[in-house]
Amino acid sequence: MSTIVTLPDQETAQLPKLNYLNNGYGLKSWLLTGDHKRIAMLYLFSITFFFFIGGAFAGLIRLELLTPLPDLVASDTYNKLFTMHGVIMIFLFLVPSVPATVGNFVIPIMVGAKDLAFPKINLLSWYLYIAGACFLVFSLINGGVDTGWTFTTPLSTHYLNTHVMTAAMGVFIAGFSSIFTGLNFIVTIHRMRCPGMTWFRLPLFCWSNYAASILMVLGTPVLAITLVLVMLERTIGIGVFDPTKGGDPLLFQHLFWFYSHPAVYIMILPGMGVISEVISTFARKRVFGYTAVAFSSVAIAVFGFFVWAHHMFIMGVSNYSALVFSLLTMLVAVPSAIKIFNWAATLYKGSITFETPMLYAFGFMGLFTIGGLTGVFLGSLGMDIHLTETYFIVAHFHFVMVGGMLMAYLSGVHFWWPKMTGRMYPESMSQLSAVTTFIGFILTFFPQFIVGYLGMPRRYHAYPPEFQVLNVLSTAGATVLGIGYLLPMLYMPWSLKYGKIAGSNPWQATGLEWETQSPPLTENFVDIPIMDHEAYDYEWLAHKTAHEVTTVG
Amino acid sequence: MHISPVLWQFLVRWLTNSALFPPEASAISPYMDAFYFFLCAISAVGLIAVGILVFGFSIMYRKEKNPVATHIEGSTLLEATWTIIPLALFMICFVWGALLYFRIYDPPTNAMNIYIVGKQWMWKAEHPGGQHEIDSLHIPINRQVQLTMISMDVFHSFSIPAFRVKREVIPGRYSTVWFEATATGTYHLFCTQYCGTDHSAMIGEIVAMTPEDYQKWASGSTSGASLAQNGERLFASLGCNSCHSGAATARGPNLAQVYGSQLQLADGSTVTANDAFLRESILNPSTRVTAGYAPIMPTYQGQVSEEGLIDLVEYIKNLNSNYRIQQTLTTSQLSTGQAGASTSGSGSNSPAMSGPAKAGRTAPSVPGTVNQ
Repeated sequence: MSTIVTLPDQETAQLPKLNYLNNGYGLKSWLLTGDHKRIAMLYLFSITFFFFIGGAFAGLIRLELLTPLPDLVASDTYNKLFTMHGVIMIFLFLVPSVPATVGNFVIPIMVGAKDLAFPKINLLSWYLYIAGACFLVFSLINGGVDTGWTFTTPLSTHYLNTHVMTAAMGVFIAGFSSIFTGLNFIVTIHRMRCPGMTWFRLPLFCWSNYAASILMVLGTPVLAITLVLVMLERTIGIGVFDPTKGGDPLLFQHLFWFYSHPAVYIMILPGMGVISEVISTFARKRVFGYTAVAFSSVAIAVFGFFVWAHHMFIMGVSNYSALVFSLLTMLVAVPSAIKIFNWAATLYKGSITFETPMLYAFGFMGLFTIGGLTGVFLGSLGMDIHLTETYFIVAHFHFVMVGGMLMAYLSGVHFWWPKMTGRMYPESMSQLSAVTTFIGFILTFFPQFIVGYLGMPRRYHAYPPEFQVLNVLSTAGATVLGIGYLLPMLYMPWSLKYGKIAGSNPWQATGLEWETQSPPLTENFVDIPIMDHEAYDYEWLAHKTAHEVTTVG
Repeated sequence: MHISPVLWQFLVRWLTNSALFPPEASAISPYMDAFYFFLCAISAVGLIAVGILVFGFSIMYRKEKNPVATHIEGSTLLEATWTIIPLALFMICFVWGALLYFRIYDPPTNAMNIYIVGKQWMWKAEHPGGQHEIDSLHIPINRQVQLTMISMDVFHSFSIPAFRVKREVIPGRYSTVWFEATATGTYHLFCTQYCGTDHSAMIGEIVAMTPEDYQKWASGSTSGASLAQNGERLFASLGCNSCHSGAATARGPNLAQVYGSQLQLADGSTVTANDAFLRESILNPSTRVTAGYAPIMPTYQGQVSEEGLIDLVEYIKNLNSNYRIQQTLTTSQLSTGQAGASTSGSGSNSPAMSGPAKAGRTAPSVPGTVNQ
């Protein structure tokens, strides 16, 4: 056997004396750290903060939509609310959520490395994130921005008097944070795998983050260029997008969606990685069709770059280019379907338990299936004409981004929380929050499909009274959903002090991250680990635990 | 159990206002709804399949029942199955959707045309007969109606849920959409593209009327001058007629019956002279010059409003002969002497008699200097 240090079992576990959390105290030891785990923690705090700011805006939006009249806030305020909700949730929460938090923490350990390839760039990427966030907060405090998260020209360049420059600058800077994270992951996964860790022994979480990283590195610069053009157009009027100067306003949409559609996969792919880990662990089985799942991630990443114009079917693009983009959109739906069926098949003849991460993963599968199938509605050319720019689309992307991605993120946080902190959260509370979130989510967003087909346009401050019932349902659901999201804010901090000690492998999972102590040492492993079995090899694990001599490390 | 009256009121209002579908009021609506049912059906099948697998396996193979998992690597046959079946279903959606898309967006040849100008935050409709409307649109049922739309500022989107049609209204470019209403009534018109402060107030109503009622409405609400008549006046006052006179020696192309024809351009390509081409040729004439003519026409960018451009386009569209253009020229020659007091576009219904004097043959080629 290898030199893997075996650590105490959960029943007899104690918190290890030395770990990354107590290796140095004080603000400086955190703010100047190169440790990927500490940077992940910095991200965890920052994105949670912005999640609740964005969530507060969502709450106000739903409250306004309780009645058809524009009675709670002024129109301009409402427009700022949904703009800031979108900008904060997408650029400051969803994009960094799984990769920069969970991925940052576990990917180096999963591949058996001491850290990411470029620890200082990793820290820089957190600072860039914070710098971008500062710009956005600054624009928020100074009165906000009301372009919509898409910064569509000519509205953003010629017609609005809000803090478009500051907000665009914030997104521009935060984009580089994403590029650096992606770069770090790509290099780490290529170059820093431990002995024996071949590509096909990598956990699927690494595969999906790798695919997302490629999208980050190749897509985000296009967003940066687009935003620079918007800023130049706004300040000195270069006329790239202005039709009176010979520019083309549709060019902006092409450029913007060239990033922002792949961005959807940047957000969802790492989440899919989490689901693979969780389903496998709690079904006690290797993921069904490992290679199919791995390559479907890559397929999604590749196809994801060639579907951007499906956001523009009604914009007067040529009918024939619309055909091509619709066809490619249908193709990108297939790998997602493959993944869903493979996860379902993983359960077959498993030995399934229903801990919190698994409940969130089931939630993900249900909601993502609905989100993905309604994506087929929107990818079908004729149907898109009626559905686009209505609440149907709002419901669709919330099913994918919130129902899918946020569920996966929470699943991942609950799954690796014992590894991150060394302690368990109260299981019944967390199961309650998983179920509450699921029910609240369905209540909030399912009615929006119906109101969307009825024709209610998105981003409407006031709406015809016949849409009220469905909006009341949606707002009612949002309160339930809000409770579901607030619950972890209570029991997670509680668990830091009072939670049960987790031990190194509370779930009896197989990744390398479960073979080191919880919380891990600063450089993850005592010795360089050697990977001598396939990923998700539960027989190996059973064999290993049967013969191991429990030593206290 | 007692139901609160507020909730009861909601339910009644909702259920009496077509709870799940907007009214089907256009020829395309039944096709759209049929496709929607199909998509809902395959979604339900997909969701139920996933649901059965997840719940079924969760119950059958929960730990209490199945304490030891069986190792299974995967199955190429199964992978192929759940690649091919979804792919086939998605391909059906693709083909069906594409057919529907072409049916909705291919313009009919014989439709009645109405112009729409969108601006923050109102819709202006201009009927060829000279009816102008704001935030409402009257249309006859059982008749194909095509809208030629343009925005004066930002992106807007013209959406009529009851007709299942929607199209982006773009600054600086015509876009078109058409529909055939089948049921009389008043329907919602929404701007669905976020366009600034009062986006949600950029709404209006579509009034679909029987052809007889529509005739009554049209004759009762005309402004007196048709778009083409306005266009004719503008054409003369901008001095267009001095070059586009239709004479063999004229410096600009003959515009009579040019609409819809294939034009040979100076760079060798051909274009169809449609609304968008006519508008573009007024604003940026030098980008596409007709073969055989020098690029001498000045730009009219910023000098003619979108409404004025619509008038001009509508005028050129309906120009069947150059008779009246030449009449205007002759008249203005005769009146060159007493030109000073010329009243350009004085509102007369016979523009042939009221052409502005400045466009006389002796000072022809500087339309840029014409007073507005």
